[in-house]
Formats: sequence, C-alpha cells, structure tokens
Amino acid sequence: MLQNYSQPFEFTNLTKWIDTALNANLPAFWALVIELLLVGIALLAIYALTAMILIYVERKITAFFQARIGPNRVGKYGIFQTVADVLKILLKEIIHINRVDKFLFFAAPFFMIVASVLTFGAIPFGQSLHAVDFNIGAFYVTAVSSLGIIGVLLAGWSSNNKYSMIGAMRSGAQFVSYELSAGFALMTMVVLTGTMQFSEMIETQRYCWNIFNGHISSLVAFSIYLISGHAETNRGPFDLPEAESELTAGYHTEYSGLQFGFYYLAEYLNMFIIAGIAATVFLGGWMPLQVNGWDAFNQLMWYIPSYLWFTGKVFLLIFFSLWVRWSFPRLRIDQLLNLEWKYLLPINLVNILVMVLLVLAGWTLNDLF
Amino acid sequence: METIKSLIQSNFPKATIAETEKLTVIVAPNELRSLVEFLYKYEAMPFDYLVYLIGGDDGEKLGVTYLFSPSTNPTVELVVKTATADRENPLLYTITDMYETAHLNEREVFAMYGIRFINNPDMRRFLINDDWVGFPMRKDYNADPAVNPVSIESKDMSDISNRIIETSEGLKEESFSIFEEGDYIINIGPQHPSTHGVMHFRTSLDGEIVKKIDVISGYIHRGMEKLSEGMTYPQILHFTDRLDYLSAGINRHALCMCVEKAGGIEVPERAQYIRTIMDELNRISSHLLAWSAQTNDLGATTAFIYGMREREMVLDIFDKTCGGRLIVNNNVIGGTMFDIYADFQKDVKAFIPYMREKLKEYDRFFSHNVIALGRMVKIGNLSKEDAISYAVTGPAGRASGWSCDVRKYQPYALYDKVEFKEIIRYEGDSYARYLNRLDEIEESLHIIEQLIDNIPEGEHCAKTKAIIKLPEGEYYQGVEAGKGLFGVYIESRGEKTPYRLKFRSPSMALVSVMPLICKNEKISDFIGIGGSMDYVIPDIDR
Repeated sequence: MLQNYSQPFEFTNLTKWIDTALNANLPAFWALVIELLLVGIALLAIYALTAMILIYVERKITAFFQARIGPNRVGKYGIFQTVADVLKILLKEIIHINRVDKFLFFAAPFFMIVASVLTFGAIPFGQSLHAVDFNIGAFYVTAVSSLGIIGVLLAGWSSNNKYSMIGAMRSGAQFVSYELSAGFALMTMVVLTGTMQFSEMIETQRYCWNIFNGHISSLVAFSIYLISGHAETNRGPFDLPEAESELTAGYHTEYSGLQFGFYYLAEYLNMFIIAGIAATVFLGGWMPLQVNGWDAFNQLMWYIPSYLWFTGKVFLLIFFSLWVRWSFPRLRIDQLLNLEWKYLLPINLVNILVMVLLVLAGWTLNDLF
Repeated sequence: METIKSLIQSNFPKATIAETEKLTVIVAPNELRSLVEFLYKYEAMPFDYLVYLIGGDDGEKLGVTYLFSPSTNPTVELVVKTATADRENPLLYTITDMYETAHLNEREVFAMYGIRFINNPDMRRFLINDDWVGFPMRKDYNADPAVNPVSIESKDMSDISNRIIETSEGLKEESFSIFEEGDYIINIGPQHPSTHGVMHFRTSLDGEIVKKIDVISGYIHRGMEKLSEGMTYPQILHFTDRLDYLSAGINRHALCMCVEKAGGIEVPERAQYIRTIMDELNRISSHLLAWSAQTNDLGATTAFIYGMREREMVLDIFDKTCGGRLIVNNNVIGGTMFDIYADFQKDVKAFIPYMREKLKEYDRFFSHNVIALGRMVKIGNLSKEDAISYAVTGPAGRASGWSCDVRKYQPYALYDKVEFKEIIRYEGDSYARYLNRLDEIEESLHIIEQLIDNIPEGEHCAKTKAIIKLPEGEYYQGVEAGKGLFGVYIESRGEKTPYRLKFRSPSMALVSVMPLICKNEKISDFIGIGGSMDYVIPDIDR
C-alpha cells in the first residue's frame, strides 16, 4: 500500500473509491452496469478529446515544419480552433448525393469509427486505466483494427465516384498488405514476452523495455511496425488513398458534415492508436522509467503519473510520424506494394525466426543480465 | 539562306518569295505540303521546328502563316504562307504528320477561322465548343450575343470526333470515337488540384495505368487575340500579364520589344538593365513556383511551402518596384513604367546569397530523396526528336537535350552582354526537367549579379508618341519566358490597333506532349509529369 501514497496523481484511488461506493449502495449487478456505462462514456469522451488535441497538435507542429504559424485566431495560440472546427462540423449539413447506394453510403463511416473505438478501448492508458484487457489483447487489436478497411472500401464503392473508387481500391490493397507486416511485428514481440495480454506485456517491461530486451530483432520489428502502422493510417508517404494532388480526397470525397467528421476523427485516432500500441508493446507502455536496484530513483519516477508516461511516449512517436509525413513525397502504388511484399514481409518472417532463436537461446537482455 | 532561297525558287517556280523582315514564301494551298516536306527533309539544314502556326483572314482569303526553323540553328527562320479563297468550306492540308505541334494549333485555327485540315487525325475545335456558331477571328464574324447565348445547361462530354482524310477516291469525312468501348474514363480537371488551372484531361484508365489522354482546353479562353484587334498597343500590354501569369513581366517584355522594333523606338540603356534584371527575377519566381508545384504534385507539401517562402522575397521586390506582385506591369512601350526604387539594388543583392543558400537546402531536402527519385527518374521520358516535333521549349525542351534558349541564340535586351550557361540535360525525364529549373535559378542569379551594380544613370523610359501607330507589315518577337519560347506576332496595317495579333504560348506545346509521355504511366505519375512540365493554362487559352 506504499504505492497509494507515493502515487498521488494516479486514478487508481478514484476508481477504487467509485467501485466501493457503488457496491456499498447498490446490488452488484447494477453497480456493474453503472460502471460499464461510466467506462463507456469516459472512453468516448477521451476519444473525442484526444482527436481534438491531436488535430491541434498536428496543425501546430506541421506549421512549424513548414515555416508557418498555424492556427492563431481562436483563443490564445489558436487553442480553441479545433473546438470551433468540431462545432462547425457537427452543425454542418449532410449533403445527400444523387445516385449513391444510400444504405452503404451511410453505413460506411460507422465501420470506420466503430473499428477505431473498439481498438481504442484496448489501449492501456495508465495504471488501472484499461477498459478491455483480454488475454489475447494483441490479437484482438489486430483483428478489430482491420475492420476499418470495410468502411473505406464501402465508402469508395457506394459514392458512385470514380476518384473515390480508385482511392478505395488503393486503400484496400495497401491495408491488406501492411496489416500483415504490422501483425507479424506484434507477433515478434509476443514471442519475446510470451503473452498477448497488454497488462502482462507492460509488467514484463518493468526494468527493460522490449525494444532493448530483444535488441536487434526488436529494433527491426519496431521499425517495421512504425512503417506499416504509418501505412495503415493512410498518412505520410503512404497517403495514396487520399492523395490530394491526384484524387482530390480519395474515398471520402463525397462525404460532408458529420460523416466526413467520422473519417477525419478516425484518421487521427488511428494515428494515436498505432502510436499507443507501439508505445505499449515496445516502449514499456505506461510503466515509468525503472532501473533495477535503484529504489529511490524508481520511487521518484512513480511520482509522475503513469498516464503521463504513456502520453509522453505516444506523443514522441506521433511527433516522429509527423516528421516523416511532412518530409517525404508520396509513393506510387506499385512502389508501395513492392516495399511491403518484397522487403518488409520477408524481413519480418526472418525476424520472427531470429526472435524465436534469441528467446530459446536466452540471448535477450533480461536473460543475459 | 541564299541557297535555300534559290532552291525554293527552282523547285517551286509558282511560289512567290518576299524578302521582308524574314524570308517569306507564299504558296498555293495545293503546293503547301510539298514545300513543307521539302523543307522538312532539306538535308543541309532540316527545318524540323515549327515555331508558330497562325491563322489569318485578310478580308477575302483565309490563310495560315507558318514559321519554320532548323532545330539546330533557330536563328534561321523561314515564313511560309498560304491562303484559300473558299470561305464556305476552306480546306488545307495538315502538316501534323511532320510537326506534331501543328495538331493542336490546326485545331485552334479551325475553331477561330473555320479552316479544316485534311488528314489531321482529330479535327474538333480547340478552345471553343463544337456547337459555337461562327468563327470568332474572322473579320466578318457576327459578335451579337444572341447568336451564341450563354448556356446554363450542363452538357455531356461527347467523345465523338471527326476528321477529313484523303483516300484514293478523294476526300472522305468520317467520325470516330476517341476512346474504345468500355474504357474506364475519368475527367482529370477542369476542377482538379494538380492540373495547375482549369485544364481538362479526359483520361482512360486501365487500373492505375493511363491508356489515353484527350486534352480539352478553353475553360479560361478570353478571346484576347480578338479583343486586341480593337485595342491600341498600350492597352494590349495588359493582356500579356494575364497569359502566363508566372512570367508576366517577360511576356510583357516580348510585346514591348515587338512594338518597339516595329515602331523604331529606341529603349534607354537604363530601361534595358531594369528589364533584364526584372525578367530574371521573374524567371526565378516562376521556376520556384514550378519547383514547389512539382513537389506538391508528388505529395511533399512542406517543400511546396519552402518554395513559396523564397518566392515571397522576389514578389516583395516586384511589389516595391511597380506595385504588382504576380502581374508585374513594369514594362511599357519605350522602357519601364517606373524607375527602380532607392533600395532596389540592396534588396536584390540581399536576395542573391539567400537564394543560393536555399537552393542548397532544396538539394538536401528533396533532390536526393529516395522516394522523390523513384517518382521522377526515368518517368515521363521525352526524346529530343519528340521535343522538337512538339516544339517543347524552355526547361522541358532543354532537359531533352535540345538547345533552345532564345536568350542564347537570339539575344535580346542585355543577354548578349552577360555571361551565363545554357542548362542542357539529355535524360529527358521528369528529374532532368526538375534539375534544369533549379540550375536555371542559379544561372539567373548569376545574370542578375553581373548587372545589378552597373545600372547606368539616365532615363528609364523613352518618349513615345501619345498614339503609337506601327508601319504596315508583320512583326514577330520571341523571348525566353519561364516555360519556354513566348512569341508575339503582330500584323499591322498602319493603324493604331493591330490587324492581327497572336501570342505563341509555350504551355500549349507542353500540354500537347502530355498524351505522348504519359501513355502507359501510372495515374500518379501522370500528375507528377504534369508538375514537371509546368504548364500554365491561361497561357494556352489566351
């Protein structure tokens, strides 16, 4: 219980308090229902808030990359710009397009947002801030995040627009290809940690992050995960499905108002999710920096709340992603697929084998020291 | 020149040879093709470069004027004229099979004068709609708005074209479809972020691969050439800025020089210095925008803004000099409208080292990027022969190994007094065009450097008469604009307004070659190649 006093800013105390208070006053079933609702609302709120913060951060950082100032009119330094944008997009009219496949057209954005929210729930934000902690967490994340592509394909197909169609087809090819690499990279780390559960993965990284623990193999997996994650979120040099200068806006050309907002939101959140999973699997997640044997130091590190550690790591990765995005020109579709099938995938397959050998031979850093 | 003259005389005895400013050969329509073929195949010096093709109407006859040059030595110029008296159904033979650039030009002549060209593979009107009543550039054209009312109905695109071909049984008119049955056709443009204006490429795709492109232009056609016929020369000056707005000052320089040459107006030395420096600054700003737009077309938004940042400094100098930023309206007939401002030299001298520094930055940031190289090297190959046949001049033509810099072969203003290199590359791909522009920025800086400290004192504008009348005759002046050879052709009948005025625009050639070099490339590369060609649409539409 020493931790309770040493971690004054953690949410653990709050959640515990709510749990005991509810259970003391209500039957167990209703307590559970209310808790589920609370978690759901909290998740959605965080989801929307994160997107808003991300959009602001991206616009500001991009502006600095591009020798511009960025949003600076709404509030000091333009901090309320995204709030205004969200309000605007909520109030905007949804334009009905003639000759679209109505049902699919309306359903498509939901696939996108639902896939994104489902994945979002599985991210461990901090100590005990973890909505869904399956024992097959990594597998679950891979599975549900790939649902998003259905939304993209449906959007392109139902829009009755040739540009959208080309964008959607590109997206399909890209997503299917890079999902493979991302999955294999996660698998490599599953081999290293011996578990698919995110909370356990974080626990095993207490004194040595996975990226160092598996040294060569981990580094390769980390790079591949970042590249394919980048490709999966349709950003950076891999933004072919949107390809502003070629396809105007790709698969979501015909969407307006909140429907477009869903795609927009999901795109930013996917960036966060990829960075979040990379931080969790490779960089120790919300676990503060701990050094084996330095108890005083470790104690001190716990004073910084775990969710701040997580956010810090995630934003570092997001910054990296923005850096790449705003530096490189766009790949062509055949170059994109070449990169995946001719380079990343074979490297990945070999990498898993290397990792298995490392683990079996006991050459990971944890085993060595 | 004398040999070719006597050869033409002996081979075509019926042709009239007039020795005006340029050697002019007037032939009957039925002899035109054989004369052009003779010139094209002339062994000592093949005239394989069609500089311009201009339709004309002298009130009775409808005719076409050609200017041919050997691509190896464009200083040698030969004008060929032909005319037909048939105003109802004027027919001439095409020269498209020898000079590809004639294709779009002949279609323009058809749209404007109604002359149809036998054997031209696609004889639709260019620049104006197929259902337009009358031929606007004819002198007897009825400009009553009731004849061609503004339509607010949306029209479907028709892919049916027609042509006249000569068969053994005589002339045959036929219509044909441009695309094949079942082609997946998308409209790239007229509203598209990467067509650099309201250009319309009707493109048939096979998956991601471009099968065929149909170029449709005219969405911003303002009828400048027709309007000019009712305007005095100082008034027409304002049109030139609105052609290729990125080389506004250079275009204006061309018209000024053409009028000055015709009217015998002496331009003060100081004005020549100012004009040359401003032209080069204009070229830098044009190339910077081309570089930015190309990187943006390839998906690098940051590089786009870097280019804009440096361009801003040039625009500020323009702003302080003449008040115009994009539309540099400094040149007037006889000199410049304004003298340079007090800190002009200081500003320009500050800009030169700054730009050099930034050129290095561009090089580090983009020129050797792996992805950028993959998107440019060996993409959009344009051979030297095709460049000449399509009359692709400017940085794009020089990237294909064709030495076609007007500043070198026909120096105007002060270009014979300064030392600079003509940048030539032989690869002919997007990357060569890309590098050519960056290198030309460096050369322009070098030219400015040589002039900026030596601007002589004196008048900046010659005194001209209140009303400028040009003596009867035909005048032509070409300059090297940002995109290539920009020419002004004036036919004067001694009035204060031109009888016929034609702008030879470089962008039209650049666009006409797009279907050739984009064939079988990916759609992304089509956009990238478009960026590397750097065309400006108002320059085509005029």
